[in-house]
Amino acid sequence: MEAVSRKTITVDINGERYEREIEARRLLIHFIRDDLGLTGSHIGCDTGNCGACSVLVDGTLVKSCMMLGVQADGAKIETVEGLASEGELNGLQQAFSDHHALQCGYCTPGMLMSATALLRENKSPSEDEIRKSIQGNICRCTGYVNIVEAIKAAAQ
Amino acid sequence: MLLREVEYARPASVQEALRLLGANDGARALAGGQTLINVMKARAASPDVLVDLADIGELRGIELGSDGTLELGAMTTYTDIVDSAEARARPILAEVCNQIADVQVRNRGTIGGNVCSNDPTNHLPPLLVAIGATMTIVGPGGERSVSAEDFFLGVYMTAAGPGELLMKISVPPGKGDGFASVPIGKDGTCIVNVAASMVGSGVRLAIGCVDSVPVLLKPESTEDDAVRSAVQNANLDPPWDVHASADYRRHLAETLALRAVAQAAGRN
Repeated sequence: MEAVSRKTITVDINGERYEREIEARRLLIHFIRDDLGLTGSHIGCDTGNCGACSVLVDGTLVKSCMMLGVQADGAKIETVEGLASEGELNGLQQAFSDHHALQCGYCTPGMLMSATALLRENKSPSEDEIRKSIQGNICRCTGYVNIVEAIKAAAQ
Repeated sequence: MLLREVEYARPASVQEALRLLGANDGARALAGGQTLINVMKARAASPDVLVDLADIGELRGIELGSDGTLELGAMTTYTDIVDSAEARARPILAEVCNQIADVQVRNRGTIGGNVCSNDPTNHLPPLLVAIGATMTIVGPGGERSVSAEDFFLGVYMTAAGPGELLMKISVPPGKGDGFASVPIGKDGTCIVNVAASMVGSGVRLAIGCVDSVPVLLKPESTEDDAVRSAVQNANLDPPWDVHASADYRRHLAETLALRAVAQAAGRN
């Protein structure tokens, strides 16, 4: 094996298979947004703090600005675009809408993916568990109360 | 952010990783990437080659030996430790890992990456010094073991040198441990952190964030006065920044030492 500066990678994103040649230096978030046009996942801070770029990689919640695209070769990725089906919001998205859990909406894709990861592991989380689960997601409108309410409602 | 151009390899064995690391002076091991990728964005690190350790199975996992020794592979994530039944043999490990950053970072960040990056504000260097962990390092010349107190050499520098890899961290049995910190926001970067561990009737204290490496102290007893004077006699010369003056860090070191020792003694 030799180190390479470009590599052809294959990923499954929301059930669709993509194959692209990318540079090794390309961050996963840029691969998802710029190469594949899936712009639901956002770039907020680009320093690993804000969590707007959160996606699930093989079922694990990660910040896609702190992972290289080549590291995701062969992975199954879930982004916010995969939550709704046939134009219908899923229960979590509907709860965000019902509880006004967004103001500007910039953090929402990351919040939804963090909440998705939580609710898969924990069907009835406590308020503390909900708050800890979105600790890596910053809402700069500071609308956390409604976000927590929405996740609580979605769990019920 | 566009990173500087870099080459990438994901070897499947330690031997292959060592060959790749040895083949280029600018090669660096990539563990969870939760520090390295960010410092690459800032150009604070500019490796020519990244050797991704993700596929090396022998670097991952937690084993509990029959003598109670825990062996943690360097690529074991914080989440792996928090979720591990074996790791409960030394409960402080999961407790501290569960207060590092956030879910996403805990899912990818590794115990090996935490200690090898050796940022003076990291949680695990003082903890592993206090509980008497041993690091196993592998290089072209074979394996060697280094105690945690000899592993941390300076800011961002450890005994695992260029061309070497940290393989695993061994933690002896015990339960009389404590950890106290004042972080910047809940589970944030520590302003000062202190780990304590009972050894017989005595205690080992390791203070983080006040020097380039954890400061190991061995107070004469767990009495408050003994702990206070051990910290005072260490003549700490901590850095100051926007979060805390040097005086305040000295004050925190003393207060947090008392809290960590009280927790350790209470569990012994």
